[in-house]
Amino acid sequence: MEHNVVIAGFGGQGVMLIGELLAHAGMDEGKEVTWMPSYGPEQRGGTANCSVVIADEPIASPVLTNPQAAIIFNVQSFDKFEPVIEHEGLLILDSTLVEKKSARSDLDVVYIPATDIAQKLGSSKYTNMVLLGAYLGKVAPITMESVYGALPIFLTGKKTDLIEINKRALQAGVDFVSKK
Amino acid sequence: MAEEMKVIYERPTSWANKITHYCPGCTHGVAHRLIAELVDEMGLIDKTIGVWPVGCAVFGYNYFNFDSVEAAHGRAPAMATGIKVTNPDNFVFAYQGDGDLASIGMAEIVHAAARGWPITVIFINNGNFGMTGGQMAPTTLLGQKTTTSPLGRTPQVNGFPIRLSEMLATLDGPAYIARVSLDSPVNIRKAKSAFRKAFNAQVRGIGFSLVECLSTCPTNWKLTPVESMERIRKEVIPYFPLGEFKVVEGVL
Amino acid sequence: MSSKVLMKGAEALAEGAIQAGCRYYFGYPITPQNETPEYMSRRLPEVGGRFVQAESELAAINMLYGAACTGVRAMVSSSSPGISLMQEGISYISGSNVPCVVMNAMRGGPGLGNIAPAQGDYLQAVKGGGNGDYKRIVLAPSSIQEGVDLFVDAFELAEKYRMVVMVIVDGLIGQMMEPVEFKTQVDVSTRKPPEWAVSGRHGRDHANIITSLTLDAVELEKWNLAHQAVYAEVEKVESRIEEYQMEDADYAIIAYGTMARIAKTTVRLARAKGIKLGLLRPITVWPFPAKQMQAYVGKLKGALTVELAYRQLFEDVRLTLCDKMPLGWYGRGGGIVPGPQEVLTAFEEQFGKGR
Ligand SMILES: Cc1ncc(C[n+]2csc(CCOP(=O)(O)OP(=O)(O)O)c2C)c(N)n1
Ligand code: SF4
Ligand SMILES: [Mg+2]
Repeated sequence: MEHNVVIAGFGGQGVMLIGELLAHAGMDEGKEVTWMPSYGPEQRGGTANCSVVIADEPIASPVLTNPQAAIIFNVQSFDKFEPVIEHEGLLILDSTLVEKKSARSDLDVVYIPATDIAQKLGSSKYTNMVLLGAYLGKVAPITMESVYGALPIFLTGKKTDLIEINKRALQAGVDFVSKK
Repeated sequence: MAEEMKVIYERPTSWANKITHYCPGCTHGVAHRLIAELVDEMGLIDKTIGVWPVGCAVFGYNYFNFDSVEAAHGRAPAMATGIKVTNPDNFVFAYQGDGDLASIGMAEIVHAAARGWPITVIFINNGNFGMTGGQMAPTTLLGQKTTTSPLGRTPQVNGFPIRLSEMLATLDGPAYIARVSLDSPVNIRKAKSAFRKAFNAQVRGIGFSLVECLSTCPTNWKLTPVESMERIRKEVIPYFPLGEFKVVEGVL
Repeated sequence: MSSKVLMKGAEALAEGAIQAGCRYYFGYPITPQNETPEYMSRRLPEVGGRFVQAESELAAINMLYGAACTGVRAMVSSSSPGISLMQEGISYISGSNVPCVVMNAMRGGPGLGNIAPAQGDYLQAVKGGGNGDYKRIVLAPSSIQEGVDLFVDAFELAEKYRMVVMVIVDGLIGQMMEPVEFKTQVDVSTRKPPEWAVSGRHGRDHANIITSLTLDAVELEKWNLAHQAVYAEVEKVESRIEEYQMEDADYAIIAYGTMARIAKTTVRLARAKGIKLGLLRPITVWPFPAKQMQAYVGKLKGALTVELAYRQLFEDVRLTLCDKMPLGWYGRGGGIVPGPQEVLTAFEEQFGKGR
């Protein structure tokens, strides 16, 4: 079984971080994982994306031409990735920041006001976790426990205090998709 | 009724009217603008050949309406020499970063300056390798943290910064060498006058000219554009003083 | 599971080199392997080593030449345009029998090209690059873990044969993160300089001189013949290959590095369709695992070479299997990495449905 996802937005939105979190959690579960960033001048425009693959078998390519799923943080990334998502794939979109609607009828699209939800939890900084939560609620390539377990790797020192609120943000994402 | 409107500012015709890829607050764009203005003002558009570096200005050739070539990393002065030798009546300039010019390309720049043949070099000193993600450059200041001097540059581990303009000015070849700063309107105006002298040194056949521009790299300095300009004034200029280091007779 | 860490390839390979005893690194930034020198600049001082940012790749390889002459474990890394600049040094180092390791994270070319993954430096790596008759051992890992493990072999092979060992990866292996485990730690703390090294006489009864200059033609020919014998020995005993799903295979894909990990999935896709496809993956591309491949002559109905380049690996495959079985080729360049399905389609186009 292989799960893969592209996560894309602006640098500074925590795009790379939730990718790494996902990969770490997958590794801790004993799965094969890869994390692949966009690199070089591609970043100059301020956009950033990464691809994560979680699988039971050794992973062929960490580069995804047609990802099974995409978590999208901005319009540029919507335009870039929405057309290439695998047939009948999953699109998760921060509807607070991206006003566009997908024209593809085959996709499972989640319009989640992630920034609004994060702000209600205290800060738009948690938007990335809300979106990751929505993905995990839909796909569940790994357990929430593993994801929670990997949080302390990224939130160290003074940020340890933020672990709880990040968990709440993840859970809010899960709740949003499981309501329906 | 209304007085006739005067054009006081417009896009240079040698500017290709494209959006550059530079980060906000980066002064590569300012140096580009000065080149475009002077090429227009001096009527050089049909004669100009730009030689572009490997560095953040690697796509410089996209932004101008004159002929351009892309050199290998550090070799722009050699390529410019080759062009000037075959086309002595053209206006040939090389545009180089501090990694390109003062690190890998040190041999080429020294020998181009020593030959003294009339080519012009615009040298962007931003204290690091911008393109590759902020590694130490020969111009990185002591104490400055970069991705390859993570604890700050020290003479013991990394050696000392190089003051290139002063060094080249010891040679007999160059006709004009100056260091300017792109941090403020006043300094940009001064920079333009230095560019003009450098261009003139070539156009009037006097000899080799180089203008070193103290430049920002907000992205890798991890500062805002405004803080970056301030850093130039507070930290960079004291180590790299502005001024003309070589002006031979006839350069104006 | 707990000893696994998630690391970026360019950093994990740097750590792998350190674990293998590398204490000196010389480099000049170039994408897609900047994380290697950056990591070395942080990490080497912690283990009593030194990182030096050279003014160019030309300088870096010659710094390595100097360091390695003193008998320490030392390396450089770069990417294609920088490796081109190092060819002079690699020839000199080879000509004076100095062991060291050079890593190339290959990118799209020629010229400045781009920074995407490619395998276009294959012929430069395995056939020459610098002047003169010399060979270097070329290791081609296809995962971060394998690269880390191979660094131990890289230094050992370099010292055993007193040759340059090159490790070739690409931007993909350099930039991706994968779980990795550091299994072997080589302790170099009590190492003495080998007897050929220049480290000061310190009572030695003769002076050591390291040079690649041999003016006398008869002498230089002797050197050449002696080294041809070494190279023949290396070819005989050091070639390595991974044979994946080859037991009952009718056909094989031949690929190395990143391309081989993608081809493994192609093999699985083909097998799911009933095509008996396997993979022959050279781990050493020089020495080329020719014998191991020739063992399949008579058993295979054909082999498809797949690479991120234009008929470079294919040249060695043809030298090995030409006239012995039908050969096909598929490749992409410019930094494009084909997916497993694309490779399967290419296979089916060239070999029918594989039945
Ligand atoms: C032979 C070679 N080595 C290394 C590189 C990688 N490289 C690209 S740009 C650059 C340095 C750029 O720094 P600088 O010249 O200071 O220009 P900036 O981006 O700061 O304007 C390097 C090392 C290359 N392209 N070719
Ligand atoms: S990285 Fe630095 S030099 Fe390059 S465009 Fe951005 S600010 Fe300018
Ligand atoms: Mg620079």
